Amino acid sequence: MTLLDKDAVLKAHAQNRAVASLQTSLPDAILDAVFDRSEFTLTIAKDQIRAAASVVQQAGYNFLEDVTCVDWYPSEPRFHVVYHILSHNLKERIRLVAPVASIDSSIDSITPIWPSANFYEREVWDLFGVRFHGHPNLRRIMMPDEWPGHPLRKDYPVEGYR
Amino acid sequence: MGDLPQFVATSSLLEPRPEEGPKDKTMVLNMGPQHPSTHGVLRLVIEIDGETVLKVVPDIGYLHTGIEKTCEAKFYQQVVPMTDRIDYLSPMTNNLCYCLAVEKLLEIEIPERAQWIRVLLNELTRLNSHLVWLGTHAMDIGALTVFLYCFREREEILRIFEAVSGQRMMTSYFRVGGLALEPPLDLFAWIQKFIKIMPEKIDEYQNLLTGNPIWMGRLKGVGHLSAEDAIALGVTGPPLRASGVDWDLRRDMPYSSYEKFQFKVPVSNDCDVWARYIIRIEEMRESVKICQQALDGMPEGDIKANAPKVVLPDREKMKTQMESLIYHFKIVTEGFTVPAGQVYQAVESPRGEMGYYVVSDGTAKPYRVHMRNPSFATLQALQTMCEGRLIADVVAVIGSIDIVLGEIDR
Repeated sequence: MTLLDKDAVLKAHAQNRAVASLQTSLPDAILDAVFDRSEFTLTIAKDQIRAAASVVQQAGYNFLEDVTCVDWYPSEPRFHVVYHILSHNLKERIRLVAPVASIDSSIDSITPIWPSANFYEREVWDLFGVRFHGHPNLRRIMMPDEWPGHPLRKDYPVEGYR
Repeated sequence: MGDLPQFVATSSLLEPRPEEGPKDKTMVLNMGPQHPSTHGVLRLVIEIDGETVLKVVPDIGYLHTGIEKTCEAKFYQQVVPMTDRIDYLSPMTNNLCYCLAVEKLLEIEIPERAQWIRVLLNELTRLNSHLVWLGTHAMDIGALTVFLYCFREREEILRIFEAVSGQRMMTSYFRVGGLALEPPLDLFAWIQKFIKIMPEKIDEYQNLLTGNPIWMGRLKGVGHLSAEDAIALGVTGPPLRASGVDWDLRRDMPYSSYEKFQFKVPVSNDCDVWARYIIRIEEMRESVKICQQALDGMPEGDIKANAPKVVLPDREKMKTQMESLIYHFKIVTEGFTVPAGQVYQAVESPRGEMGYYVVSDGTAKPYRVHMRNPSFATLQALQTMCEGRLIADVVAVIGSIDIVLGEIDR
């Protein structure tokens, strides 16, 4: 069943452990909630992402699967940094989305919470140009160090600059 | 805006950094990207003190081909052949994961026969991948014979793949909405013949390796990775199960009718390279059992979903029915549109959790395709596994995490 309205989703999934903990400890962090194709998406305010990740981890979602980004150029906020977090005990997955505007394309790193985010955040920096505050080693990972631009941005041509 | 992080050039990895104090006694060793035991183009910068490893820094990206970017310029059905090239040792698993993700976006039902054939071929892929792993891992350690034994059976699997899809390695056999075509008539009898002899072949590999004192000495107690570290570092698949975490997506979050199959998930608490070897051998035995169940219970019926706007029509129908011809023309020239939305689909690949994150904006081309690949995350655990151990153990550890550089660099 697809639910797109924030209040309806939060009401229908109030017993979800991530939602319950987030609503108790960070009530104003949840900007939006969507339940679509049996997947649960929470939009989190950018400045609270590290706190939200920590709360979700405490709630039993112990395994960070993936960090990536989607470029919604030319609309704003341009970047959506996407986190997929899995719970081994509950056998369910939650998706956190943090919108990042192009004017200050940076967000807090969650590497202090999940060390596995290290490579993923480097990849997002390399390919999208979103910076992560507090990352221990934010260098390019795929492209050469002196590469101009960030290839996965939508305004970067598929065949590159020639 | 807080402090921006300091950027460190790759070349500076080779020099000791001043904040870490004088390092007169240590040496920096460059391993790869053309080193034979790095399974491709992995480059490691290793800091050693005598024979002891202090630090291992992987430097990746030598095989980066920008597949994610290329996907955004293709129709949904054109992405399938690109997924093979990511993890070239398990092409069917990549095909399956991508197709499942797009099918989830489209919300279409796949016929049972197609799902079962997908399971059957996926388990053969797992056998194929584990055979390559066992052969190359043993060769790294110095047991050259096993490689030839493993490739003998792998050749048979590749012949089966060729009969199914026309290609030995880059199969691209699964389609969004089902399979490309009905498998050949004698295929199931052929697979039956193969999996009948497979258990005794696995015994043969174990006879060559398990009791071998050199093999035991090189593997036991090497590359220790605790369950907490494994979860924190994003390790999945056999290395995670070898660290005592009982987690397998095929059983715990079933897809493509895996819930109808009975199989054991091998788990070990030894946390070392040896445990990963045993887990993979046991997984091969379980894969044979799943193949047997798939052959025994193979349902009859269609191999394509009833979705004419997505699935290409049969050749015969195209020649006799006007609508089929129109749909064929439209799908090939314009692609099919997918309703807007985003999905994340994860499957258990031979190396761990493989996930495809597909975002659609309602057009015929994916807005974003991201692959979560198991080797990429597992590579981060290399430092934890090698720290304080001997330099010779690095090779054993790399072999035990079974990396494929194609999926790390994409």
